[in-house]
Amino acid sequence: MNVVPMQFSKANHSVSVRDLTLSFGALTVLGNLNLDIHDGEFLVLLGSSGCGKSTLLNCIAGLLEPTEGQIFIKDKNVTWEEPKDRGIGMVFQSYALYPQMTVEKNLSFGLRVAGMPKEDIAKRVARAAEILQIEPLLQRKPAALSGGQRQRVAIGRALVRDVDVFLFDEPLSNLDAKLRSELRVEIKRLHQQLKNTMIYVTHDQIEALTLADRIAIMKSGVIQQLADPVTIYNRPNNLFVAGFIGSPSMNFLRGELVEEGGRTVFSTHGVSFSLDGYETSETLKAGRKVVLGVRPEHIKVDGDLAGEEVHEAVVDIEEPMGADNLIWLKLAGHTISVRVGGARRYAIGAEVRLGFDMRMASVFDAGTEERI
Amino acid sequence: MAQSTPSARPSQLFRNLNSKIASIPMIFVALVIFLGGSVWTVVYSFTNSRLLPRTNFVGLDQYERLWASARWIVSIQNLAIYGILSLIFSLVVGFVLAALMDQKIRFENVFRSIFLYPFALSFIVTGLVWQWILNPEFGIQAIVRSLGWETFEFNPVYDPDIVIYGILIAGLWQGTGLVMCLMLAGLRGIDEDIWKASRVDGIPMWRTYIFIVIPMMRPVFVTTLVIIGAGIVKLYDLVVAQTSGGPGNSSEVPAKYVYDYMFQAQNLGQGFAASTMMLLTVAIIIIPWAYLEFGGRKRG
Amino acid sequence: MADVSTLKTVAAGSGAAANRLSAGPRGRKPKRVLSRRNIMLYGILGLAALYYLLPLYVMVVTSLKGMPEIRLGNIFSPPVEITFEPWVKAWAEACTGLNCDGLSRGFWNSVKIMIPSVVVSIFVASVTGYSLANWRFKGSELFFSILIIGAFIPYQVMIYPIVIVLRELGIYGTLTGLIIVHTIFGMPILTLLFRNYFASLPEELFKAARIDGAGFWQIYGRIMLPMSLPIFVVAMILQVTGIWNDFLFGVVFTRPDTYPMTVQLNNIVNSVQGVKEYNVNMAATLLTGAVPLIVYFLSGRLFVRGIAAGAVKG
Repeated sequence: MNVVPMQFSKANHSVSVRDLTLSFGALTVLGNLNLDIHDGEFLVLLGSSGCGKSTLLNCIAGLLEPTEGQIFIKDKNVTWEEPKDRGIGMVFQSYALYPQMTVEKNLSFGLRVAGMPKEDIAKRVARAAEILQIEPLLQRKPAALSGGQRQRVAIGRALVRDVDVFLFDEPLSNLDAKLRSELRVEIKRLHQQLKNTMIYVTHDQIEALTLADRIAIMKSGVIQQLADPVTIYNRPNNLFVAGFIGSPSMNFLRGELVEEGGRTVFSTHGVSFSLDGYETSETLKAGRKVVLGVRPEHIKVDGDLAGEEVHEAVVDIEEPMGADNLIWLKLAGHTISVRVGGARRYAIGAEVRLGFDMRMASVFDAGTEERI
Repeated sequence: MAQSTPSARPSQLFRNLNSKIASIPMIFVALVIFLGGSVWTVVYSFTNSRLLPRTNFVGLDQYERLWASARWIVSIQNLAIYGILSLIFSLVVGFVLAALMDQKIRFENVFRSIFLYPFALSFIVTGLVWQWILNPEFGIQAIVRSLGWETFEFNPVYDPDIVIYGILIAGLWQGTGLVMCLMLAGLRGIDEDIWKASRVDGIPMWRTYIFIVIPMMRPVFVTTLVIIGAGIVKLYDLVVAQTSGGPGNSSEVPAKYVYDYMFQAQNLGQGFAASTMMLLTVAIIIIPWAYLEFGGRKRG
Repeated sequence: MADVSTLKTVAAGSGAAANRLSAGPRGRKPKRVLSRRNIMLYGILGLAALYYLLPLYVMVVTSLKGMPEIRLGNIFSPPVEITFEPWVKAWAEACTGLNCDGLSRGFWNSVKIMIPSVVVSIFVASVTGYSLANWRFKGSELFFSILIIGAFIPYQVMIYPIVIVLRELGIYGTLTGLIIVHTIFGMPILTLLFRNYFASLPEELFKAARIDGAGFWQIYGRIMLPMSLPIFVVAMILQVTGIWNDFLFGVVFTRPDTYPMTVQLNNIVNSVQGVKEYNVNMAATLLTGAVPLIVYFLSGRLFVRGIAAGAVKG
């Protein structure tokens, strides 16, 4: 065996991507990307279409050749390896089942190509079928399966390969909403049962937040933030991450920091907001142009107020959503949304009193768009 | 970068090797036959090769002789008449038939089968059938005369002035079915909502066709035009079967001129010059089209 | 029954207002089968159909008449006395030059040319299309573009260089030579057909097969081929009719004793010597047209798809 440099050979790194660049001619899809994925970790690559998340996954799978950089799987440099030799299994959005083969043949195709003895193939197929509860379907053709069953078979195809790393390329995007949430739970259960590394590409933030140990949010081929879901949600690194995650999305108020009574406060259109409770490592200097971001559920209304600084706002429009009620308010020349309980209704034009929970807020530099 | 790896990077040449091996026939055909063959013919059209190709260059001699030849001029005229009329008629007839077929009619499959079956036949078969139908002694002329119109004249097999129209009739009979099919496919590709919208707006059907549908079908028209155009230049078998180029030289076409000079008159140089002119004609048709279709948006 | 009576009561209860409303148009709007529009529509289509059917009718009718009847009657009148002699004669006795063994020889020559040409050309083109769709390499698209542009070059431009190449290889005038020629000229359209078809298959299928460890030929044989039967049928229809109907390559690349059916037919009908036997000629013409016609009527929609494929851009 060849020796791999020490800094990369930490045993707890299942997949490592080093300085990966991929460009088609002048178009750079991935630029100098680094990513370490721990053993047994569930990592979600999240981003809108065209951000390079699928491209990155295809590079890890060996289906695309990187222009520059290296990929390690289980401490082995696999940059130039064929996909089959990388110890990966992959599940695709369109399931990609071979239509002319039965479920059983679909599951065993890779093993048959590799020339594995028949008994071993049967054992593996049986085990995968059991885990995924698709035993009754083994003799059917993919056309005779429902979307959820097809995706189960597709997962099974990765399962029989008995590999360390599972790659999922938007596996639930072709399913309807109900099936999607069912299979989401099943994938999570599968991960808890198998405990192998899973890399999961999606554009759906709910999937990302529910499934991931860590989320890597990507934009234009660059990872914007790599962290656990709670951090991503509550302490977004930059304006992009803050706006991308959360639905309804975060309220942004553009303004600047000003000095007021010996403290630095946020001021927009002549209205100032105390920043008490906001945690930052930097000292907040007056005069800096900033964006204040507050999620709709982190703004308290009327009765919930408990001694916070109070701002007055006028109800503009109301969107009842069953469990919640989203109200849009006019405040200091901005339109902001606030999430309240579904039972609370407001008349348009009514005046309400608001309190901002600054411990959960984010402040970004207006120029660099980075978190302060 | 100097790091050793478990598998050496395969050399660029051998990557994807199977695919390259499988593409050898394509590369051979593209480079040697299509590109090489055309260039070869063009180069040898500047020689005075007769029975065998020789590299005795004589400049534009062959072309001067070509354009001085009455037979070549007739060939070009015939091709122009046939080409222009068959373009117009097959587009109009093809589109009208397609529009009629698109009215949710019954027996659509029967009608389509009838309109298209001539396309399955060989030009030789087509030529011979129409030679027989247009035969002055037994065919259409004879029948009309027997109905009482004694002076009726329609003899596109032996009358040198109209012989090319006889070929046109046969050519249209064989080719319009294809145009109809292409047009019908184009019509079917038009969004149903367009029809709904024009119906709600109260626009008469013929107006919808002319002002909305036909402009939307531009790509189909262009493609059809190119297909018909490329077919016209190749016109050969039909003439051979229906008239053998006669009477006299009156129904000669360029493709036949080339064949006769290459394989019968043993005057290769003339054949090469004539075929180069054909190549030029096609280039004049194809290049603007290719430019319009692919020039604007590279990488489809 | 109980339901119906309840309904009636409800209707009666809603009273006069309902009566007034129900007086106007209701339900399906009546359509007249013989509207002016329909008469026009079917009238034009029917006339057009007559024009297209006429030659076929004339061929059949003429081929079933004796020569005396042809000389007396007109070409559209049905045969008074049906005779199959012209067919027998066309098949077994008609003369081309010195040979008088009929079209049967040309028929078998065409079969011998067609079958291997169809098989070889489809195999080569399908593999090429597959590698273009799934295994692109640097330059592959360029070669393909040349190939497609080449489809528009008149055959006359390339035919002599091919004669030379085949002569150098010692296969000019042989069956092998003609098979190669048909493979060459079938290549652009067939490759386009297969390339577009394979490219239309989900790319993820191909990726999945690669992760499963299948290579170039395994994916072709075990994944792509079984999924592509319709397109192979389309290609077969295209090639069977195309090669059967070929005249030019037959004339240039074969010798008189191996002439395909079309060439022989033309020689029989257009021979200058002897008395013209129109009935035999039409029987011979029908015999030659029979193979593509049978393919056409059996394949139906697939034929349409095949020729329309020529119009689909790459």
